[in-house]
Amino acid sequence: MNRASAAQALIADEMIQTAEIEIRDTPAVCDPLGALYLPESTTLIVSDLHLEKGAAFARRGMMLPPYDTAQTLKLVTAVVSRYQPACVICLGDSFHDREGAAALPPSSQDQLSGLMSGRDWYWIAGNHDPDHPAGLAGDCVSELYLDGLCFRHEPLQTAGEAVGEVAGHLHPAARVVRRGKGVRRPCFATDGRRMIMPSFGVTTGGLNLRNNAFRGLFDPQQLTAHLLGRDRIYSVAFERLIG
Amino acid sequence: MNIDSGIKPAATDPKLPEPFFGWFGKRGWQPRPHQLALLDRAEAGGSSLLIAPTGAGKTLAGFLPSLIDIALKEQRRKPGAALSSARRGIHTLYVSPLKALAIDIERNLATPVAEMDLPVRIETRTGDTPQSKRQRQKLNPPDILLTTPEQIALLIASREADTLFDGLKYVIFDELHSLITSKRGHLLSLGLARLRKHCPDLQTIGLSATVAEPEELQAWLMPQRAGDGPVLSERIVVKGGAKPHISILETEEHVPWSGHSARYAMADVYQAIREHRTALLFVNTRSQAELLFRELWRINEDDLPIALHHGSLDASQRRKVEAAMADNRLRAVVATSTLDLGIDWGDVDLVVHVGAPKGASRLAQRIGRSNHRMDEPSRAILVPANRFEVMECQAALDANYLGAQDTPPMGIGTYDVLAQHVLGMACAAAFRADDLYAEVTSAAPYADLEREQFDRVIDFVATGGYALKTYDRYARIRLTKDGTWRVSNPRIAQQYRLNIGTIIEAPELKIRLTRHTGRGTNVRGGPVLGKVEESFVEMLSPGDTFLFAGKVLRFEGIRENECIVSKGGAGSPRIPAYAGGKFPLSTYLADQVRTMLGDPDTWRALPAQVREWLEIQRQKSVLPSRGELLIETFPQGDRSYMVMYPFEGRLAHQTLGMLLTRRLERSRARPLGFVATDYAMAVWGLRDMGLMFERGELSLAQLFDEDMLGDDLEAWLAESWMLKRTFRNCALISGLIERRHPGKEKTGRQVTVSADLVYDVLRSHEPDHILLQATRHDAASGLLDIRRLGDMLSRIKGRIILNRLNRISPLAVPVMLEIGKEPVSGEAQDDILAEAADEIIAEAMGGTR
Repeated sequence: MNRASAAQALIADEMIQTAEIEIRDTPAVCDPLGALYLPESTTLIVSDLHLEKGAAFARRGMMLPPYDTAQTLKLVTAVVSRYQPACVICLGDSFHDREGAAALPPSSQDQLSGLMSGRDWYWIAGNHDPDHPAGLAGDCVSELYLDGLCFRHEPLQTAGEAVGEVAGHLHPAARVVRRGKGVRRPCFATDGRRMIMPSFGVTTGGLNLRNNAFRGLFDPQQLTAHLLGRDRIYSVAFERLIG
Repeated sequence: MNIDSGIKPAATDPKLPEPFFGWFGKRGWQPRPHQLALLDRAEAGGSSLLIAPTGAGKTLAGFLPSLIDIALKEQRRKPGAALSSARRGIHTLYVSPLKALAIDIERNLATPVAEMDLPVRIETRTGDTPQSKRQRQKLNPPDILLTTPEQIALLIASREADTLFDGLKYVIFDELHSLITSKRGHLLSLGLARLRKHCPDLQTIGLSATVAEPEELQAWLMPQRAGDGPVLSERIVVKGGAKPHISILETEEHVPWSGHSARYAMADVYQAIREHRTALLFVNTRSQAELLFRELWRINEDDLPIALHHGSLDASQRRKVEAAMADNRLRAVVATSTLDLGIDWGDVDLVVHVGAPKGASRLAQRIGRSNHRMDEPSRAILVPANRFEVMECQAALDANYLGAQDTPPMGIGTYDVLAQHVLGMACAAAFRADDLYAEVTSAAPYADLEREQFDRVIDFVATGGYALKTYDRYARIRLTKDGTWRVSNPRIAQQYRLNIGTIIEAPELKIRLTRHTGRGTNVRGGPVLGKVEESFVEMLSPGDTFLFAGKVLRFEGIRENECIVSKGGAGSPRIPAYAGGKFPLSTYLADQVRTMLGDPDTWRALPAQVREWLEIQRQKSVLPSRGELLIETFPQGDRSYMVMYPFEGRLAHQTLGMLLTRRLERSRARPLGFVATDYAMAVWGLRDMGLMFERGELSLAQLFDEDMLGDDLEAWLAESWMLKRTFRNCALISGLIERRHPGKEKTGRQVTVSADLVYDVLRSHEPDHILLQATRHDAASGLLDIRRLGDMLSRIKGRIILNRLNRISPLAVPVMLEIGKEPVSGEAQDDILAEAADEIIAEAMGGTR
């Protein structure tokens, strides 16, 4: 199930199977759409939306389909209405480039504003979008502390320093092979001490959790990948994953 | 015209001027009739297709008109008159599908040019040519430029195209039969149309092996006119020389039921190498090449110089092997299709083909590599890897004697290639859509292109061709006030150059050898051995071993875009698999194998163990006749199996498998899976399908009805990974997505675009998009072989034989052994597999084995 088909076939809320986990003793819910929900503070976290990615590429001469923003926002709308959070944190790279927010089509801008009204909204600065998104409300910060957790875009490099960190940036994906057939999905990656979120945007790719970029970030013994399925989360221990 | 190579030409021929006449004489040669015929046509201003077997002096024939023309022009030049500093442009372009071939031709032409002291400068230009030399070639072009289709595309899109090609007289296409069947050929045909615009009088010379439809090639060489019938070039055909001696390996060993390794035959193959001067060993895939090479060295007691040559090896490594071969320093080379085409190895006296050739024409081409002189017979040994391959080899052998040809057709020009070309033409100069349309439709593959589709392609190039017009301000090409289309930004031309060509390789990593074992990737690098597909490397953990370039390598890790390895390591090595290396069984050979199966009289030519196998099949089940489709059902373990034998190739069978399981699901037969080989397809499920047929719960006619290719196909295609892969190729060729460039990739941050995701977005929003049209078109003939499946379904209508058995039949064994085969397996798994395999065989043969 990839992101674009997820947007096509949204599953009714009552059919969803989430994974209930803890990050540094804070309860959290991994949703199959790729969002993280903290029930204690009714906070919803989405990471790496990469809105206006198509337009960003078009500006550089690659005419990708101009439909990605609408699709991603459709998924954001779905999770927001599913959890009705008081607070939403966009964990960085919300726009694919600096020009994205300013060039956002009016319809998407309206849709976003509708989602934001009545709740706290944080834009964590990412490497793609270090500035406050032009023309949009919400607070733009580089880090945010909440519920005993720390939210930032890029994970810190060592496992020790990062207890309680929730980050994005790396787009983790995991691969499982059974009977010669491989399945690869975006995933939440957590060892109970920190969490790296899957990318939420519909045209974002994934990076295998076994890639060197993840080395040293987790305790491999405790690391679990929560893979995004069509209507449920599949939790698989790191050692059972294929590189 | 047809020319029999046996006829001696006239002793003197006024056509051949000095110093050429004298040079032929000094060598004791006489110009061959086809060489003179081609020269004659060329001097009369015509274009020609020369069809000749290898060793007929095809190359010299192709170049004679150019060499003579350049030499005579030089003679006529007033003595003392210096060449103008602007210099003439390129006189002759030679286009070859392989870099190695261009380099080989340069070597071969050097001798006559030097001996006759001709005032001709000949140079090569390929992807490997240094930038400085390429730049110089643009400013000071050689008389004859030997190059590849991709370089043609680059040159015609450059600003210097005018001066380069203004004096162009000849374009020679070598191995034309292999060029025109692919998208590469489509792009080249558009390039030729553009060259003609620079130089309306240019003449073409096509050199080709024997093909099924020569008129397609003749049309390809000529500018086509809308509304008229095809315009054809002249055709000169040289009748074949001595018949090759081909045999199927005779062995005392047990020929395996399935698999592709041919390990059983190693001792016999080695013996054959020993008995010959130089042997070329052909295999179908790079992994087979690695395996064969390793197995041969395992038993290479005499330390014979045996080398390896395949497309993933580093270029310098390949050049070394080619040079050693040319110097006769090798006794054998294990090679894949990278050596298929006309590279001239003088002293090869044996070709060994390991695995079935999959097509009669391919076999002829490969056998042509031995004894590269037309009048001496080639010698070849076919080594089938399993029992069906024995029959396939026999069929190919018969076909070779009969001269049957199963070359694929030219195909209709695709939109993705056209999109690439349109952008290139905008990079070269501003164009009017009307002019470019006329130019494009003069190329044979695009002769029937509708104007509406052409305009859609232009729209696609400009802004992506979407219904939602949000990208106008970012357009790559723009219609300006004077009615011409222009590139909107110089950066676009730069991007274009980096994304040129139609050869799409799976993402690959360089393999770099380090001397440090166990130190991970944080080490100083050594030499690059070649490339391996990323998907294979992703399956490795540090410490794993694999076979590459004939060496066992230990995987250390990935650094940037390199796969770091060290030598050695323990355990049984894995073998990298490469996508797209497998050829499907040709329709022609498939038909021959079916015929053989149904006609026991033809079995005499087969080895005893294969005859026995067919004989037992006849006793225990049935053998279908040529036009029939045999379907067998039987239980095995707690499953029910249905095995069919369409012989339509793995791709068509896979598509059939997908569609049949959908239908079986609807009929509540509860299918669980299927497996396909080149010859057969097996479906298994929980309910007894034989019984269901008997009770009328399943209907054969309905199950195999042609309407399978309607809705079921559409529904399946939507999800098919094969269609996604096809789309990826189209997206890359058309320039929708940029290629990844070595050195410019960043790991750790996935900012590149996934073609799969773009595909899904496009499918749900614009199912009619021009690129999806291109994808479906490709799928129909390419990866999914839908056309072939359709032909099969209509052929077998009312001619299906259903045989309900109590147990597995001998014919079913090979496909049954494929079930559950892991792509990579350690030794322990091999043992389990072998055990399971033995059980199945014993049951099928009723203990007679």
